[in-house]
Amino acid sequence: MGKKLVSMNINGRKVEEAVEPRTLLIHFLREQMNLTGAHIGCETSHCGACTVDIDGKSVKSCTHLAIQCDGSDVLTVEGLAQDGVLHAVQEGFYQEHGLQCGFCTPGMLVRSYRLLQENPNPTEEEIRAGISGNLCRCTGYQNIVKAVQYAAKKLQETATA
Amino acid sequence: MIPPEFEYHAPTTLSDAVSLLNELGDEAKVLAGGHSLLPMMKMRFAEPAHLIDLNKIDQLRGIREEDGLIKIGAMTVENDILDSALLQQKASLLPKAVKLIADPQVRNRGTIGGDIAHGDPANDHPAIMKAMDATFVIAGPDGERSVKAVDFFHGTYMTDMAENEILAEIHIAPLPANAGTAYVKLKRKTGDWATAAAAVVLQMDGDKVAMVRIGLTNVADMALRATDAEALLVGNTLSDEVLSKVVQAVTAICDPAEDLRGDAEYKTAMAGEMTKRAILQAAGKLGE
Repeated sequence: MGKKLVSMNINGRKVEEAVEPRTLLIHFLREQMNLTGAHIGCETSHCGACTVDIDGKSVKSCTHLAIQCDGSDVLTVEGLAQDGVLHAVQEGFYQEHGLQCGFCTPGMLVRSYRLLQENPNPTEEEIRAGISGNLCRCTGYQNIVKAVQYAAKKLQETATA
Repeated sequence: MIPPEFEYHAPTTLSDAVSLLNELGDEAKVLAGGHSLLPMMKMRFAEPAHLIDLNKIDQLRGIREEDGLIKIGAMTVENDILDSALLQQKASLLPKAVKLIADPQVRNRGTIGGDIAHGDPANDHPAIMKAMDATFVIAGPDGERSVKAVDFFHGTYMTDMAENEILAEIHIAPLPANAGTAYVKLKRKTGDWATAAAAVVLQMDGDKVAMVRIGLTNVADMALRATDAEALLVGNTLSDEVLSKVVQAVTAICDPAEDLRGDAEYKTAMAGEMTKRAILQAAGKLGE
């Protein structure tokens, strides 16, 4: 089967690439775009390590074809920091020790970023429900919840400053 | 894991999708949210030569009220059902149940139509649709036809749809303002299928049941409608005696497959318990 041209906007950069229809978005990002932040975990849409944003919605990129992103805006963990300054969610995970081995972290960060766009002031329960599609086998989630709370507070302070 | 090779098609109208499907025949599969089909393709349980992606067909998305009915496009994603003010107000069973389906990312892709048309008895919408007494609009080469949810499911992965047909729309009647709803689902973890689950729509007249519909998830080779249990409830109070008869009538029709979620006896017992809790929740006698 021949490759087809797709164009999309990844982290604010327009790219045009030839892909096989069967290429999954996660493989396209990691192997063709060299964006290795999003991880391949379970490959069956359970673990959330491959989470990215497509057109402002959190999606598991292991269960999405790259060709389906033609014309879309894609955000990966590499797009969170701006001009070398960590995004508030990244700072939160750093300050609150929201990771141990770090494998789930890129997915957690991108999902937390989107959760706070959708709900800037979530309760603890809403945070836990909001990241329920991202599995972490190290932290027990407690510090991840604190990291998201840290980011929510910081984003709100920045917004009102 | 990478799916086998296929030719990709992304029609922008339903009629183009139906023509393509009709032309390509059993070589083709229709792609909705992809959260069942893509994993099956990765594992080579499905190897379609052609994939017809319905995601670019705008007319298949959206929730609206028209001619006294609520009409849901088959490609409407779960999160849009969860957030729908119209459904929260007039068909609250759907958003309540959708909250218990998968996780936020999967709900951004997974569609109501895909969940129904896949014919998997573990999926949640089939039982919800039976409890809502929904009607499905199916598009084929000769036009559209309608099938009631209670007649749609034939068995595991088997439905009333022919290979050249596409599920287009779901029609449900708005529930009366005094109707209660509940979906009670036993599952091991977020994203898991139900060990057993019950969908209930209930209307009381004083302390007696005026109307009730019960759907059951994952306790047979298809979603069940528990009509015998319903008949035991209508005209009666929700006494312990009545409820224990209802539980017996529910467990009598269960025939679950044994798996890691439990053996047949356990799942059957849980179907009874989930039904009892769902009835009491729908009647406002048990917290969610």
